[in-house]
Amino acid sequence: MSKTNKIISLQEAVQEFIHDGIHITFGGFTMQRHPMAFIREMVRQEKCKLIIYGHSPGIDVDMLIGAGAVKRVEVAYIGDELFVSPSPNFRRAVEEGSIQWEDYSNFGATLRLVAGALGLPFIPARTMLGSDMITQSGFEPEDRRADPKAAPQKHVLMECPFTGDKVILLPAVNPDVAVIHAQMVGRDGTVRILGQSYADDFVARAARRVVVTAEEIVSEEFIRQCPEQNCIPFFRVDAIVHVPYGAHPTACHGCYDYDPQHYAVYAEASRAGGDAFREYLGTYVHGASDHWDYLDRIGGTKQLSYLKADPAFGYNPGVRRR
Amino acid sequence: MNRDYTPIELLAYVAAGLLEDNKSVFVGTGLPMIAGMLAQRTHAPGLLIIFEAGGIGPQVPVLPISVGDSRTFYRAVSASSMHDVMSASQSGYVDYGFLGAAQIDPYGNLNTTVIGDWSAPRARLPGSGGANDVGSLCWRTIIVMRQDRRRFVPKLDFITTPGYLDGPGARERAGLPAGSGPYRLITQLGMYGFDEQSRQMKLLATHPGVTVEEIRDNSSFELIVPEDVGTTEPPPPEARRIMREIDPTGMVIGK
Repeated sequence: MSKTNKIISLQEAVQEFIHDGIHITFGGFTMQRHPMAFIREMVRQEKCKLIIYGHSPGIDVDMLIGAGAVKRVEVAYIGDELFVSPSPNFRRAVEEGSIQWEDYSNFGATLRLVAGALGLPFIPARTMLGSDMITQSGFEPEDRRADPKAAPQKHVLMECPFTGDKVILLPAVNPDVAVIHAQMVGRDGTVRILGQSYADDFVARAARRVVVTAEEIVSEEFIRQCPEQNCIPFFRVDAIVHVPYGAHPTACHGCYDYDPQHYAVYAEASRAGGDAFREYLGTYVHGASDHWDYLDRIGGTKQLSYLKADPAFGYNPGVRRR
Repeated sequence: MNRDYTPIELLAYVAAGLLEDNKSVFVGTGLPMIAGMLAQRTHAPGLLIIFEAGGIGPQVPVLPISVGDSRTFYRAVSASSMHDVMSASQSGYVDYGFLGAAQIDPYGNLNTTVIGDWSAPRARLPGSGGANDVGSLCWRTIIVMRQDRRRFVPKLDFITTPGYLDGPGARERAGLPAGSGPYRLITQLGMYGFDEQSRQMKLLATHPGVTVEEIRDNSSFELIVPEDVGTTEPPPPEARRIMREIDPTGMVIGK
């Protein structure tokens, strides 16, 4: 229940919380509110063998895959919807066989985190029934047995003992760490998310440790003024990092829109792969001295002003998306 | 014949026409959003649009790029979470769901996961996302996709989203909600329903200018083609104007 100072730097947060082979999950959804600055720092520090859980990531997980950092993904989708889908590094890795993967539906993948957050070993659902997601399993039973943190089975089918209804049982997941980007966090660690949470409330609660990167760190006095707007209480959060524009190029409701120009640059590099993607990482990750340098490289304050959300909308109606 | 509309505009217009007022619909990226928004701005002002990321009942100002973007919950009644909207669907609250696919089989089962063998695919597709949930839990699904011999196949490489599985009663035997399933399929060539007895897709109408031969030629399995096949209505100028308002930069309708 500690309220000691949890504010650390991005570099420290990655050093302290992320080790090779970690089981990890990220907040956000496709092109929205992913902890991209944290992810770029993970790539910069060359973290690897990651086991990633999620529902619908996009550029966040794709960048890690492209950097060769990922061992396995257990997700429903990896893509940036109308911009580029599926994410090219992910697609190439599956086609080449260079990562393990497991397919769930969005609801199924989310329910695993819900079960984990509820402190339960599994959760029943009525989805995924009849599909090949229940007849096919992505990674071999011996791989599951070899990893004590992996669910021993992808799922179990059963008849409800009360009603006889056929249901699927989805195994809970409790990742070692969750990383979320929020608009606001109190100095104590209490998180306030503006707009949709996607599944971040459960993402945070399922994980054993939570790191929050935030647009703003506010006083505890402020965060206590409207407690019903708070998503995650301080005692669930282990570290806080102040990272303005920390979700770029994904959108952050109420703060800035997604960056179509940067997505185009990323999409071209990740589609090409190889040297082109290494060059992308060279420019925007390894070559950037820190997050501020990264922001200069993507267009600096001029570009960030262009992306700034209109308070009436929470996004920017003027952003050219094509 | 004067055809001043694009194929995508026709598809969106036909799809919009299926959505009844005061019903609820799960919409996904792209064409389904156009159809939902068009229906809401024309004959179905009370249509409840739902996005799988949590936006319920938005007054969508302009085409969103992502089902989770801020445009999807603008002036909504709720902007919550994926588990909230999916639970509502699991509890039977969602009437229609839109789906697209890379492959479809005669029973309306859909593949958006892989082409080729799943363990070593020739092509990895996006994955289910919310598609399986929509196809499993909505009452009536509307499938919109391109029709050709590679897409209309007798057997899928992978069933991402269940249609009628392998025939009458199969959905129910698998545990899916009784009475749910594919309702309509719309391609660039025509519109299909699903036969009551066999649960296989059945041609209902061709689009203007399309022949039944073209329909048959663009399927790798034999399609059910009844005696009486209608023709779909093309979009009037007003509908096209509204679609250009919805998608002013032509991200979808310009394709």
